[in-house]
Amino acid sequence: MLRSPGGNPRHLISAADLTRDDAVLILDTAEEMARVADRPIKKLPTLRGRTVVNLFFEDSTRTRISFEAAAKRLSADVINFSAKGSSVSKGESLKDTALTLEAMGADAVVIRHGASGAPYRLATSGWIDGAVVNAGDGTHEHPTQALLDAFTVRRRLVGADAGLGKDLDGRRVTIVGDILHSRVARSNVHLLHTLGAQVTLVAPPTLVPVGVERWPCEVSYSLDAVLPTSDAVMMLRVQRERMNAAYFPTEREYSRRYGLDGLRMAKMPEHAVVMHPGPMNRGMEITAEVADSGRCTAVEQVANGVSVRMAVLYLLLGGSETALPSAAARTEENK
Amino acid sequence: MSTILIRGAKILGGEPADVLIDGETVTQVGTGIEAGDATVVEAAGQILLPGLVDLHTHLREPGREDSETVLTGTKAAAVGGFTAVHAMANTFPVADTAGVVEQVWRLGKESGYCDVRPVGAVTVGLEGKQLAELGAMHDSAAGVKVFSDDGKCVDDAVIMRRALEYVKAFDGVVAQHAQEPRLTEGAQMNEGVVSAELGLGGWPAVAEESIIARDVLLAAHVGSRVHICHLSTAGSVEIVRWAKSKGWNVTAEVTPHHLLLTDELVRSYDPVYKVNPPLRTEADVIALREALADGTIDCVATDHAPHPHEDKDCEWAAAAMGMVGLETALSVVQHTMVDTGLIDWAGVADRMSYRPAAIGRLEGHGRPVSAGEPANLTLVDPSYRGAVDPAGFASRSRNTPYKGRELPGRVTHTFLRGRATVVDGKLA
Repeated sequence: MLRSPGGNPRHLISAADLTRDDAVLILDTAEEMARVADRPIKKLPTLRGRTVVNLFFEDSTRTRISFEAAAKRLSADVINFSAKGSSVSKGESLKDTALTLEAMGADAVVIRHGASGAPYRLATSGWIDGAVVNAGDGTHEHPTQALLDAFTVRRRLVGADAGLGKDLDGRRVTIVGDILHSRVARSNVHLLHTLGAQVTLVAPPTLVPVGVERWPCEVSYSLDAVLPTSDAVMMLRVQRERMNAAYFPTEREYSRRYGLDGLRMAKMPEHAVVMHPGPMNRGMEITAEVADSGRCTAVEQVANGVSVRMAVLYLLLGGSETALPSAAARTEENK
Repeated sequence: MSTILIRGAKILGGEPADVLIDGETVTQVGTGIEAGDATVVEAAGQILLPGLVDLHTHLREPGREDSETVLTGTKAAAVGGFTAVHAMANTFPVADTAGVVEQVWRLGKESGYCDVRPVGAVTVGLEGKQLAELGAMHDSAAGVKVFSDDGKCVDDAVIMRRALEYVKAFDGVVAQHAQEPRLTEGAQMNEGVVSAELGLGGWPAVAEESIIARDVLLAAHVGSRVHICHLSTAGSVEIVRWAKSKGWNVTAEVTPHHLLLTDELVRSYDPVYKVNPPLRTEADVIALREALADGTIDCVATDHAPHPHEDKDCEWAAAAMGMVGLETALSVVQHTMVDTGLIDWAGVADRMSYRPAAIGRLEGHGRPVSAGEPANLTLVDPSYRGAVDPAGFASRSRNTPYKGRELPGRVTHTFLRGRATVVDGKLA
């Protein structure tokens, strides 16, 4: 998190900004939030009177409603601002949009933008005072997705209660697909590494960025080679249009070499899980057999997304002293 | 006619001497010259250079007068110590006809701060398809010698070949913006470690180097000269060095910002660092400095690219590419090349005046400081230290990457044919 001069977290822009303790605190807080979802009344009063704006320059109904549900369960007022299209095509600049939201008194702005770095600009240009949460920027980062993925891995491999206060030390996570264009991959590499996991990226060489050698992970061009040693396999959505730019020859060839089907899944250890951030291209990167199996966490990830986003909004806006002292306290005990 | 005596300046950094200007001409160089009724400029400790010549300036007029005009751009040039600039062709309308280049040339004459030599477009509308009337632009009052589609690459090999051949008829030169278009679709910054992390589209070095390699081979094949604009990579240096070793007629320029800044600055996502070609790596910066020192790169050219504030006060992808550079160029060159011992002040005179004037076949500029020569002169105080303050720029635009950065050296006086355009660091 980007911190204010006092050291309090102010924004969530990049998973790379999170320390191990930041990340574990968010995951532990998310566990507390998940329990709220099991209550008859799924609502906490924590953010009553605070305004959260979902500022979406790109369509993403899934991410938007996840943030909306998270903010509403914390009793915040939610404004959805859909500014489809870039600021250039729309005619209004990001700056003017930001100034408008500031004038309306937004306490937090959740921003999804097609341009890498737009949330960073929003947070650092002095246009607004509120907290900024990156809900996905271009091909840069999607930190709450990485947090919900880490949360899911920890729950599945360590346990909901047993995992509290713990990181992912030594777990082996494989991320498969269009690494080059994936903000999910970038955020996951940073966060999983911070949490002690060993990350391996698998993709055709055309979909691995130049400069990847400096990332804290391994790179493999062979899915079959890494499956037997993976604790979690994360399948990324691959857009069919990529083949038009010669990233791979055909959809079928991609699927044959890098898609996950039942036969390949059988090569994974028994405890290993299959993950997908959605929306899935069934038949492309993942077959229905795998997607619908008990090992696939895609639906769980959606539920976990709400808990994690509640935790992020709570920690950025609610302060750490009220409502849920237990999560923070437990983190201290387990250090 | 006024007479001016510059007293005690180190000519090209040599021993202190006096220089007498009478009218438009240097009439006497020596020691102990009597002032008589001449205006005296006390210049002890200062360096006297031939007036600087920029091969690569965007003056934006006609069309984008919100970012710069010929008048404000030539004022910025004078403040930076320049007595001649080459105005790039990517205006609106494009400078691809005799009419437009004559307009720019006339506006330059009227400004009086700095000579303006228009650059003509190579192709109609910079579209790379049909040759513009290069001969008509040359034969016009503007006397165009340098042709460039700068901002766009002449990527069609046949068009490039024909342009290289065609301008031989009047000793012109094609200045290539080397950027393979397919390899740079969606490009936002240098492709490498930083772009991989930031998720910004990569502009790979090979997109520049492959065009330079092709063009030096083409120039050799047809026996023409070719000039490479704003060379930015270590690999490009190697290709130009090789071409020169063959005796081919290849020249190249480097911008001040590529001598100092790297792509690490893009981590701020501040579009003030967005420029084309993009900021490269530390290894490239070192290679460019060495190449400028050993003569592989012939000259420094600013690629002064003014943009209004709103075109930079936005997200990275939406921002315009380019930086202003006229008013900071000499300071950056002193900082990166002179203060590091790579070249001396005679080297600065060569790389920022003699050679660019020679490449542009520009008469009356890039001449030695000696009796009988035109009095185009620049006086520099190399001991000055100060932070760059864009608020004080003569340029209409403020998009400098050096805001607040301390840089050495300051132009105290600029003389254009004997007339002081800058006195004590201020426009006269």
